Amino acid sequence: MKHVARQVIFYAALIGIWALLAKLKIWPPYIFPTPWGVVDALLAGFKDHSFWIAIGVSMKRMMLGYGISVALGMVLGLGVGSNKFLEETVGGLLVSLQSLPSICWLPLAVLWFGLTEKAILFVVVMGSLLSVTIAMEDGRKHMPKIYGMAGRNLGARGFALFWHVLLPASLPYIISGLKQGWAFAWRSLISGEMIFVSLGLGQLLMMGRDLNDMSQVIAVMILIIAIGYIVDGLVFKSVERRLRNKWGLAPAT
Amino acid sequence: MTPNAHNTASEPVFFGDHRSTARASATRWKTGAAPSVLPLPQPVSDVPKVSLHGISLSYKTTNGSRLLAIDNIDLKVRTGEFLCIVGPSGCGKSTLLHLIAGLHKPTSGHVLVDDNVVEGTGTDRILIFQELGLFPWLKVGENVEFGMKMKGLSKAEREEKIRYYLRLVHLSQFKDSYAHQLSGGMRQRVALARALATEPDVLLMDEPFAALDAQTRDLLHDELERIWAETGRTIVFVTHNVREAVRLGDRVVLFTFRPGRVKREFQVDLPRPRQLEEVDVARAAREILEHLREEINKSLEVEYGVWP
Repeated sequence: MKHVARQVIFYAALIGIWALLAKLKIWPPYIFPTPWGVVDALLAGFKDHSFWIAIGVSMKRMMLGYGISVALGMVLGLGVGSNKFLEETVGGLLVSLQSLPSICWLPLAVLWFGLTEKAILFVVVMGSLLSVTIAMEDGRKHMPKIYGMAGRNLGARGFALFWHVLLPASLPYIISGLKQGWAFAWRSLISGEMIFVSLGLGQLLMMGRDLNDMSQVIAVMILIIAIGYIVDGLVFKSVERRLRNKWGLAPAT
Repeated sequence: MTPNAHNTASEPVFFGDHRSTARASATRWKTGAAPSVLPLPQPVSDVPKVSLHGISLSYKTTNGSRLLAIDNIDLKVRTGEFLCIVGPSGCGKSTLLHLIAGLHKPTSGHVLVDDNVVEGTGTDRILIFQELGLFPWLKVGENVEFGMKMKGLSKAEREEKIRYYLRLVHLSQFKDSYAHQLSGGMRQRVALARALATEPDVLLMDEPFAALDAQTRDLLHDELERIWAETGRTIVFVTHNVREAVRLGDRVVLFTFRPGRVKREFQVDLPRPRQLEEVDVARAAREILEHLREEINKSLEVEYGVWP
């Protein structure tokens, strides 16, 4: 209870200071909006469906881009994790590529694909593929060897071995990588969407800028944080917790 | 007993000569769930089920030199036989099971099952690992189902066999539990059920009871013996516990310390079921232990640089 109370007080104070500063009118409202202006913008955005459409478009891109990343990353990570040659060559390349911010892929994507959906997807995939791959590789290496041996021993081989044994066995080790991959994909998507007219949340953010509507900019930022938090903090956390319970890794709750 | 210390490895030592009395004494069986008429072990046939021909295994150590783990082992396991392998730790006995299971390839020599050379894993030989390797993401029933699923049995068939084998190891109520919710002995029995469910001809067991408390272990000895008798499987059982080997085995093979070789064989013809505390079991174990002691000393010398 104390914990919740502290948080409520903190956020109330934060909004209070914000309201006070806005009330003092040190800056014009298009630079420093009021909290109620932001709330109005949020409500208006949902009311005229523009937020819903943006969320829909962005989430569709996320599903597609992140889905491709996970599928590709699994194959790549497994290959790199189980083959010495690939590990030394491709593995090294992947690690060095990870220091490249994903938005750096955008110029290349635009030249290749034009100002299209594909360009954005490309950026999303490049943004999250590496962390998914590295997570898979890590999972493959840290997964206890006994499961692979037990699987082979019981007659699993090839794809069945991967699907029924190696993948589930490495899940607890790759789930944090998958989570990180999602966060990267989300960041890449928003940056990608900001570049051109694309209907997503990123574009809504830029539209606020173009219209000198700071309330909308802040409103969309809050929306992006909220969606990120919901997926990251709630979806992945609960999957992780359930996994740990099932495996008997979690402390009794 | 006929042994003397100067026997060569090729001449097996015999303990007792009571195969016939094994049947007569069957009423002493004490396992709670045992059937009223005890299915007795199939007479061990002379047909070899598993034969090892000149098996050697060496591997590169971290400092680049080659270490010979197993040296030229010739061994035949008869169909339906319960064979125990004992030896000091590091004698390659577990590795040998992995070779028979087809998880690794020997450096030289080959393993025959019936008349077929072992090229890889196969569900005719199932290994129960020391660490068990139960799949934590599957329920007990699904663990038992796994091998059958890989073999492509139909759902109905699998369901029936899950029921049958879980009943066999007295775990029927735990079908929907996860392995981590069970005790050590129960987990051990899940592993046994999972292995048996694929209906292998050969069951390979790698120190399966080493980590269990004494009561649980005694109970599982009884159950394993009963299941062996009921199913007529060929069992190769690796242990460092000589008494356990004598308690369970038709034959006990003693391995030397690194590199692993067959030092001596002991035929155990004591009546079944045996008890760990029986005088005859203890006497036979002591005899084997004397030979094992030499190897343990050798291993201590190598690993600690001392004679104790």
